[in-house]
Amino acid sequence: MRKPFRSLAAALAVALLAGCGSDGDGGGAAEGTDGGDGLTGTLTVFAAASLTDVFTELGEQLEADNPDLDVQFNFAGSSALATQITQGAPADVFASANPGQMTVVTDADLADGEPEVFTSNVLEIAVPEGNPADVTGLADFAREELTLAVCAPEVPCGAATEDVFAAAGVTAVPDTLEEDVRAALTKVELGEVDAALVYATDVAAAGGSVEGIAFPEAEDAVNEYPVCVLAEAPNPDAAHAFVELVSSPEGQAALADAGFRTP
Amino acid sequence: MRSRRERSVPAPLLVPAVLAVAFLVLPLVGLLVRTPWSELWPQLTSPGVGEALRLSLVSATLATAVSLVLGVPLAWVLARSRIRGRGVLRALVTVPLVLPPVVGGVALFLVLGRQGIVGRWLDEAFDITIPFTTTAVVIAETFVAMPFLVISVEGALRAADARYEEAAATLGADRWTTFRRVTLPLVAPGIAAGAVLCWARALGEFGATITFAGNFPGTTQTMPLAVYLALQQDPESAIVLSLVLLAVSLATLLLLRGRWLGRAGAAP
Repeated sequence: MRKPFRSLAAALAVALLAGCGSDGDGGGAAEGTDGGDGLTGTLTVFAAASLTDVFTELGEQLEADNPDLDVQFNFAGSSALATQITQGAPADVFASANPGQMTVVTDADLADGEPEVFTSNVLEIAVPEGNPADVTGLADFAREELTLAVCAPEVPCGAATEDVFAAAGVTAVPDTLEEDVRAALTKVELGEVDAALVYATDVAAAGGSVEGIAFPEAEDAVNEYPVCVLAEAPNPDAAHAFVELVSSPEGQAALADAGFRTP
Repeated sequence: MRSRRERSVPAPLLVPAVLAVAFLVLPLVGLLVRTPWSELWPQLTSPGVGEALRLSLVSATLATAVSLVLGVPLAWVLARSRIRGRGVLRALVTVPLVLPPVVGGVALFLVLGRQGIVGRWLDEAFDITIPFTTTAVVIAETFVAMPFLVISVEGALRAADARYEEAAATLGADRWTTFRRVTLPLVAPGIAAGAVLCWARALGEFGATITFAGNFPGTTQTMPLAVYLALQQDPESAIVLSLVLLAVSLATLLLLRGRWLGRAGAAP
């Protein structure tokens, strides 16, 4: 009975020491700004869930170039992230999946400089492999007999969804209004819905189990992605380096591979 | 019966207890401080809220009923029977407690979804599809909440004096009669406590519900889902909605408590 307790205590001690260590590194980074080479400490990036794969890759690249840098990500819906940031979450970079949630952060004077649009994304129809319900376009979202998922109007992909349905003049009859775009995609991957409206990038990320169908009305709801360094960033140097990497030809190529468009 | 000295709380218990109360209640105080009270009435009377609240109460109550019917016998098996592998069984029963609810929702798809092991057969043979229906809400809530009831009732059964059951057996009652006439009344408070826990957990259920049942106003959008989506756009209305849920659930529990403990409550 005592042994597990002892190892728990040891784990706690290690965690505490690690905590102190990273604080020290953060201070070092601030002092090291004059030197200019080699980023250190921890970089915390808050990014929209749709950026998960690309940003993870770019983060690893930045870590490889700066061995003393540890890049941490918080991927979630942009509005949840904006809430966390306005509530004081210690983030360095915020990449939002729509300008509206970026405005929440800039209105609270939490952005360092002007946010910059670094990429954009459009909606696509996602269907399970083989397209069992023969979905061909937006009009199929009015078919009562199909099981259909779209994003809830409260979240960014849902606002885009309303725009494309309005542009196409389709009265959709969804069975579920999903809380975020990945949740909608999961239901397509599991074959539990006949079609869902998600982003082109989500279809690209899903691989073989999901097929994407592009539709012309998507141009009425092009989604721009702004990014900014946060005013209270604990590690501003690394934050600026990350934002530069995202806008660089390298970063743009990684984004294009994942189905994003250039801004 | 009790003297004054027995009623006083010793300091080593009092201090942590007060800390515990502060820890549990302060977040609620935080909510109350931020509540835009002027929005309370418009929110309460907006059509979507009543619908979500009604759906929450109905589905949590149904989930509790299903949990009682299935969970009390399971608790008895865990506490009283001598079947082999009870330890493994108990561990399995507690899986939904440790499983992230969203994963629980995906697991439910894999069994009861259109492509699931059982769901595929239900779809083909009876044309029944469960996901994205109110039934799916009840199933998701039952999956997450039933373990709370099972564990409470099992604890009550273990703590109950087995001599009453032995006496009943000596007097010629079979095990089923003993269960109905002796065991159930004996552990009734434990069952009630378990049912309350189960109901409260079902009422707050979010992850498994939004995954397996989806989110559609009137059919599957319970209050926690409505609160989550409100939070995406308007945090203030989300606070109001969560307070509504909180007030209704507290009122229900207090009302039930008054009814159960009617006489004890009336005593000074």
